[in-house]
Amino acid sequence: MYSKRTLQHFRSPHNYGEIKNADGVGEAGNIVCGDVMSLYLKMKKIGNKEPIIDQVKFKTYGCAAAIATSSAITDLVKGKTIEEALKISKNDIIEFLEGLPPIKIHCSILAIDALDEAIYQYLTDQKKPILTDLQVKHNRIKKGREQIEERYKKWMTKK
Amino acid sequence: MKKIYLDYAATTPIDPRVLKAMIPYFSDKFANTMSLHQMGQIASEAVENSRKTIASFINAKTEEIYFTSSATESNNLALKGVAFANREKGKNHIIISSIEHDCVLESSRWLKRQGFKVDELNVNKFGFVDINQLKKLITTSTVLVSVIHGNNEIGTIQDIKLIGKICREKGVYFHTDASQSLGKVDINVEKMNIDLLTASSHKIYGPKGAAILYIKKGVMIEPIIHGGGHEKGLRSSTSNVPAIVGMGKAVEILQKEGKKENKKIEKLRNILVKGILENIKGTHLNGDPVQRLSNNANISFPSIEGESLLMELDFEGVEVSTGSACSSRTLMPSHVLMAMGAKPQIAHGSIRLSIGRFTTEEEIKKAVKIFIKVVNKLKKFSPFSV
Repeated sequence: MYSKRTLQHFRSPHNYGEIKNADGVGEAGNIVCGDVMSLYLKMKKIGNKEPIIDQVKFKTYGCAAAIATSSAITDLVKGKTIEEALKISKNDIIEFLEGLPPIKIHCSILAIDALDEAIYQYLTDQKKPILTDLQVKHNRIKKGREQIEERYKKWMTKK
Repeated sequence: MKKIYLDYAATTPIDPRVLKAMIPYFSDKFANTMSLHQMGQIASEAVENSRKTIASFINAKTEEIYFTSSATESNNLALKGVAFANREKGKNHIIISSIEHDCVLESSRWLKRQGFKVDELNVNKFGFVDINQLKKLITTSTVLVSVIHGNNEIGTIQDIKLIGKICREKGVYFHTDASQSLGKVDINVEKMNIDLLTASSHKIYGPKGAAILYIKKGVMIEPIIHGGGHEKGLRSSTSNVPAIVGMGKAVEILQKEGKKENKKIEKLRNILVKGILENIKGTHLNGDPVQRLSNNANISFPSIEGESLLMELDFEGVEVSTGSACSSRTLMPSHVLMAMGAKPQIAHGSIRLSIGRFTTEEEIKKAVKIFIKVVNKLKKFSPFSV
């Protein structure tokens, strides 16, 4: 069911761990759904150029696909500028992993969400302008989290 | 690398003695049990011998045993067959537990769509059904109560005798799915007040493709498969003679060796549980510690999601199952663990280990070591520290 590449990234994920003093930390997912991901970014500025993502690490609770997509996104963003990183889509991750089972596509979205959230935090801390697209995504992720918690509470009280 | 199979609750390998007993019925004695010629009678006799063996094992009458193709079919027949046969008497209410196997849950949901009323019994944190709630829920329109005997995920064994007694007193049919418990817990349908009972061949070292539904004489039930009138008209379909012979042989072996075997299995299971709980921080045994199937262990690993654990264990040569479903679109993981009130982190990080006849102590000790190694590896990726 999983591609060879996905299994490789699950078994030997790249860039796992935390970054102390990270410039941006993004969290996505919810334990209620069984996936929780944290992504850490450390930026570096060389000369007058745009800062690039110098270090990136992740910590993920989730299925094999969640761990593989976490590993994949760290490979994909390393060395990129914020503008370039924001262009990475779930399809880029799926392609990078040589396919994901349809039922696991949401794991690639989890990785993108964590990246967007980390960038959002970085830009906010730097007091840099937030593009409309990113703001919309941030609001959606936040709302999604609240909805899940609401549904969970309802489910637990229904019993 | 020889795999360590810890998934006997999913299915068991066939016992070589069972296979040997089955072989003649594929070729030399292949006839249809409904054929009147001598060959047909030989096949029919083999099926009847199996029926007799199984009946005596659960203290039923031979004619109260009906062969089906699977436990799923038996459970479908029990629920739908009883529901439809009694509907005209104004009986339209069914009670099941909230920790039934999917085939009971889905059959009851289907019946709900056909206009029946279905209630689900709550369970406590060990997985025992709420007996007081059962007493309150039974009304004059209740026709059937169905409660799983030994739970397939968490292994908790219900007090079937008591539930049966309550149902009998109130004049309600009682069905139990004993797919996991047959051979592990003594079953006496008379003493335990059971009206219908499901059991399966491939959980007891028999082949896939055979199961039974015990139906106490006098129970009103309708067939759900119509045709040539096999199984006294209750379950048409050409009898799967080799599989039925195999199931009979599997039960015969249980009758002779089951008691001793269960002691051995329980001892090994306890070594496995102790090894994991004592060596891996934060782990927890789900279900009741005592009233549980001798071969079952359901363990939560709070910092690791179940599928990841299963996959990595598989790479290391240990085969297990998970009740969690991170892939599912629904919010909830295992309905059994959630019904017991488990927190999501516990429910998502649970693994079912089930051992059996061919499990060795050496395998168990090796499995514990692999568990420690795999958990230590996966914990490095996890944001949760426990």
